[in-house]
Amino acid sequence: MTVYNDFVIRFANVNGSGSASANGMFAKALFRMGVPISTRNIFPSNIEGLPTWFEVRASQAGYQGRREGVDLMVAMNAETYAEDAAAVVPGGYLLHDNSKGLDRRLLRADINAIGIPIAKLILPEFTNPKQRKLFKNIVYLGALSALLNIDFDVITGMVSTQYKGKDELIQPNIHALELGRRYAKQYLECPLPIQVRRTKQLDGKIMVDGNAAGALGALYAGATICAWYPITPSTSMAEAFEKYANQLRTDAETGQRKFAIIQAEDELAAIGIVIGAGWNGARAFTATSGPGLSLMSEFLGLAYFAEIPAVLFDIQRAGPSTGMPTRTQQGDLLSAAYASHGDTKHPLLFPATPKESFEFAADAFDLSDRLQTPVIVLSDLELGMNDAVSDAFTWDDARQYDRGKVLSKEDLDDIEVFGRYLDVDGDGIGYRTLPGTHAEKGAFFTRGTSRDAYARYTEAPEAYTENMDRLAKKWRTAASLVPAPEISGHRHRAGVVFYGTTAAPMVEALVRLADDGAPLDAMRLRGFPFAADVADFIDGHEFVFVVEQNRDAQMKTLLVNELSIDPAKIVPVLYYGGLSISADAIAERIIEHFDEHNLPRLKEVPGGLGA
Amino acid sequence: MTFVAKPRVHHPQLPLNDLGLNRRDYEGAVSTLCAGCGHDSVSAAIVQACAELSLPPHRFAKVSGIGCSSKTPSYFLNASHGFNAVHGRMPSVATGANLANRELHCIGVSGDGDSASIGIGQFAHIVRRRINMLYIVDNNGTYGLTKGQFSATNDKGSTSKKGAPNLYEPIDLVSMALQIGASFVARSFSGDKQQLVPLLKGALLHRGFAFIDVISPCVAFNNHNGSTKSYDYVRGRGASVVTADFLPKDFIATAAETVVDYAPGTTETVALPDGSRLRLSKLDESYDPHDRAHALAHVLEAQQRGEVVTGLLYVDPDASDCHEILDTVETPLNALGEAELCPGQGALDRINAGLR
Repeated sequence: MTVYNDFVIRFANVNGSGSASANGMFAKALFRMGVPISTRNIFPSNIEGLPTWFEVRASQAGYQGRREGVDLMVAMNAETYAEDAAAVVPGGYLLHDNSKGLDRRLLRADINAIGIPIAKLILPEFTNPKQRKLFKNIVYLGALSALLNIDFDVITGMVSTQYKGKDELIQPNIHALELGRRYAKQYLECPLPIQVRRTKQLDGKIMVDGNAAGALGALYAGATICAWYPITPSTSMAEAFEKYANQLRTDAETGQRKFAIIQAEDELAAIGIVIGAGWNGARAFTATSGPGLSLMSEFLGLAYFAEIPAVLFDIQRAGPSTGMPTRTQQGDLLSAAYASHGDTKHPLLFPATPKESFEFAADAFDLSDRLQTPVIVLSDLELGMNDAVSDAFTWDDARQYDRGKVLSKEDLDDIEVFGRYLDVDGDGIGYRTLPGTHAEKGAFFTRGTSRDAYARYTEAPEAYTENMDRLAKKWRTAASLVPAPEISGHRHRAGVVFYGTTAAPMVEALVRLADDGAPLDAMRLRGFPFAADVADFIDGHEFVFVVEQNRDAQMKTLLVNELSIDPAKIVPVLYYGGLSISADAIAERIIEHFDEHNLPRLKEVPGGLGA
Repeated sequence: MTFVAKPRVHHPQLPLNDLGLNRRDYEGAVSTLCAGCGHDSVSAAIVQACAELSLPPHRFAKVSGIGCSSKTPSYFLNASHGFNAVHGRMPSVATGANLANRELHCIGVSGDGDSASIGIGQFAHIVRRRINMLYIVDNNGTYGLTKGQFSATNDKGSTSKKGAPNLYEPIDLVSMALQIGASFVARSFSGDKQQLVPLLKGALLHRGFAFIDVISPCVAFNNHNGSTKSYDYVRGRGASVVTADFLPKDFIATAAETVVDYAPGTTETVALPDGSRLRLSKLDESYDPHDRAHALAHVLEAQQRGEVVTGLLYVDPDASDCHEILDTVETPLNALGEAELCPGQGALDRINAGLR
């Protein structure tokens, strides 16, 4: 039986061998045919030589989470032959270069080996050693086009676009593609029972990674200053900002730039630059990962206490310490929420898709200006660095930036006495002034030390307490401003809570659980502090699963701590191996819990509100 | 005493500057530093320099780190915003502030602990980036607020108040600034206002990174015999190479002008971006304040002789600043709005198309 648009293919390559370009073209070709895909780059912290994998999942249902098991392995790295062969599902396929015969490590009776003499095919056709190496990737791409029934025109079209202006490269690439395709057609059974076919499901969609989307969101939000220090997996966000800013923020007449990017000496300086710029009224951000967040913590406390806007994107990777720098995790939740000493906390946003990375990036600047405090966007490697199918970006041209409570010169003219930290409106947020605004009024001294409502240094217990209580009131205001949770289903006994990139496999897991008689109500958290809905959802269920990608159930801790929830009500479902969590893992763990506790498999309530 | 505003009354005959303001309009809150602290003299010199330059007192961004020195931005230019940041990190805050609004004068005040120890990395990198600012280090060789520990600028062999010698080599921020590319480098002494005020004026009008290391004795912990940062030591061992005299842009030389009471050597003038000039009087005719390598060698040689070289050590009148390096627009970045910054749905449609 032929299965269309539903498989996992994994490319096993050697890092630095030029495979990324061919594999990217493969994914793009499927996307252009309307095949719903998601991609994952499983790469080492290395420039050349170590094993690297690229995985594409096609899912007719549109599931974007990782799926366990590989249907078709392209085994191009002898070093990992054994583990690559083992990863294939029974009955699956293994494509390899059989120029020197079938390596014993690839032998498995229950899978189908597809041998193509890639090196032999290339040898007589190309003399340049670099091309001989690079075109191995192009040859298997050509073979796959036949094996999976990919429109050849889509691939050749991409080659022509990619090498536009370098025409001398187009013909050899197409020749290499044809070598693979022709061999497959001539000697192999084509196409395989797993294959692709065109759909219109992706019409209007785009394929993009979360870091580029976030960078674009920051640009649209009016960020003018980006200060950063290179760290995987956040680096591509700063680089994308630079690319888009060069295109979209350069003055057409003078060529001058309406932005400033500083690659700082370290993360401490990066966040310091952001805070200095925020204090002086420019929208500024930094992008970093866990180790950078640790370094930025002192400054984040200053910005919290001195009430200065700043936006930080934490593209999480697996910790602790250097951990697994090229693997994904949701391990920075607690350190981001409470970054810095003393009673400090920060609003967090949890984007789940590239579209949301774009939107939350823009919202983060409004929130940060409105609340006069740092806002941290918690993305991760899975979202930040992998291409995913996404709804197209949209922007309301009527949207005005919310710069928050900033007094102009005219405002100050009308004010008798300016008090920077006076709670005039009862929402805990004072009015601020920018340096240089007014000749006589509005200047004040910003400090990390305690001060009264008029920004005057004081160590008086009453003044200190009053200020801390006002900050707590501001925190409650924040709870009503951050994105509300998305809740579905209202009648089931148990619920599930999740956030960020756990959302993609959760969609799939929820369907599977419902099929297995364990339907759950679902709440996707999108921001911190928690809105009132969050406590209501948990209160409204006998117990809730909290699914997340860290060892210590950090979201559980945050919920218990912030909402005084009985910890016994929360069942953690955890994955922290460094790949993204899969629907398989979630569903299995939840069913296990039902079984272990002899919980009846629940049935849909007839006439219930449903999801 | 936590915060005391100065009374606004002043002597009716205080001279007015071109903006119709007097010196009091440039002052800050009452200092909470020790009586006789060199830092207060530096603040007073900043007040005098800004008043005499007729700069609008509210058009400054004052930034500092942590320590006695870093408290001082409260004590000058009350009409301007100040930012007392975290220890050793003033340079990054100054960088952000300057990138956000290039039109404000940026004055950073730091100390030897703040800049030579915890903040030495940030100090080095702000010099590299050529942020257009005046960076002052009130250098007293000691941690005052924590009661007298040696700082990294303390000379080897210099003793603590209790007589224990410092065992480690000193860091000289002037030499560092010269090496890394600061375009205006001076050293002065808080007890020598006559030298300090013109240097501050020149630095304020210099485009690029202007650094002044001001030896500023700590009367509480580092002003005893045996200290090399005491009033007596610096007065006795200070050797000025180039004295600067600030000439405003409409200055007309007259025969009656007497500007310096140092021994005269050769003089030359350096044009500043606003049309004013610095007149440099070289006390040692061989000294060339436009030769970075020579300046550095001179400083190091004097150090070996146990001398403290003061004056304007190096200036590049044609220096560039970070905004030129980055080629940013003339309008301050913090003054740009949606119209200038947001490309809108049209551009987004094109970006979407490129992602298909």
